Amino acid sequence: MKKEISFLLNGERRMIDVSSSEILLEVLRDRLGLNSPKCGCDRGDCGTCSVMINGKTVRSCLILAIEVEDQEVVTLEGIMHNGLTPLQESFLKHNSFQCGFCAPGVILSTTELLAKNPHSNKEEIQEAIAGNLCRCTGYSPIIDAVIDLVK
Amino acid sequence: MAIENQFDYVKVKNLDEVFGVFQHYKNPVILSGGTDVVEFLKSGTLQPDVVIDIKGLDFLKDIRLGNNILWIGAGVTFNELIESEIINEHFPIIAEMSKTVASVGIRNRATMVGNICSAVPCTDSGPILSVYKASVITVGMLGERKIPIEQWFVSSRKTALAKHEIVKGISIQLPDKKHAGCFTKLKRYNGEDLAQVNLAILAFEDYSFRISFGSVAPTPVRAMRIERLINRMKLVPELMEKAQQLVEDDIAPITDIRATKEYRMHMAKIMLERGLNAALNRLNSGGPAYGKSVI
Repeated sequence: MKKEISFLLNGERRMIDVSSSEILLEVLRDRLGLNSPKCGCDRGDCGTCSVMINGKTVRSCLILAIEVEDQEVVTLEGIMHNGLTPLQESFLKHNSFQCGFCAPGVILSTTELLAKNPHSNKEEIQEAIAGNLCRCTGYSPIIDAVIDLVK
Repeated sequence: MAIENQFDYVKVKNLDEVFGVFQHYKNPVILSGGTDVVEFLKSGTLQPDVVIDIKGLDFLKDIRLGNNILWIGAGVTFNELIESEIINEHFPIIAEMSKTVASVGIRNRATMVGNICSAVPCTDSGPILSVYKASVITVGMLGERKIPIEQWFVSSRKTALAKHEIVKGISIQLPDKKHAGCFTKLKRYNGEDLAQVNLAILAFEDYSFRISFGSVAPTPVRAMRIERLINRMKLVPELMEKAQQLVEDDIAPITDIRATKEYRMHMAKIMLERGLNAALNRLNSGGPAYGKSVI
């Protein structure tokens, strides 16, 4: 089944024909040219496909594209319309990432956390990124960067 | 991985529409959070001819408490449970359990009802609903059914849900006796993981207990032998030891990628002791805060 859906993507109204079996991640990357969400585990465990729907982080590999009709989708590209956010500056300062594959997911997860609770403690930060696997850094510089910002 | 199977997609606006779709298709699948369903679509475990999205049904999103009966609608996500005042005040072990489910990004989407509909042996909701003696409320064209939780889980990934029925929600009677609880989940590491063993305990002021293990049998297991042994008894070390021995009669773990059956059995005994102690301490206004792991 094919259907034309309309949704807000990074603040812009987009219309696109999708098949009911197409995955949101594939549509964002392969058809709409947004490369920040990536395919890692393809089963919701690694967090590298994270995007926000209606302000909440979700796994775009576990969502049908057709489900986002009339919803608001934001990718990492969408949160940096005005340049790097203070959180991203802090990640840069702390040299938080190496290969960067997990970075979009980590940035979205921590952005969601700080929007909800700007004074998060270390435990809450760890919990927020527990679903974002990083195989380079051991997480310490990521956590340090967020703590530096909230303290 | 793309989904090979082709299907129609309908986002319904009311229950009648659901039943209408049921009439026109052979193999419908209900989609809410999709964190299991979409994975099953990718793997081919599910091959529906239609996917019915119920996220538009706002009346399924209620968490409410009335006449001491808690209602959790089918559309309620784990993060909504964690953030609910009703849950944290009256059912803190539901919040304690929900915090151990996968990760924030999954919990923003995954629902408790979806969790018990997938009915995998490691379901975290199962043991909790079992100790609360919850009921699952389903609705079909012939009306509603109230299914006790011990009849809900039939076997691994099989439930009592009939064809052409959907789950409306879960109802739980708030126990009238003063009580406290503990949910503990053994994982391979901190952070997101499926359970190797999980355990829910309710301890009441008269020192009676309800105990349910998960991940150690095809369905959640009420540990009735242990409950009978320790109910209304003082949990002295000798009795605790006997209770731990009975774990071997009550559960039947297997070896899989997450743990061996020997390790599961050994840890289930340790979790029983720590869980009982935590629940009793909480009953007496002490013990670890809800959400703090005891294992």
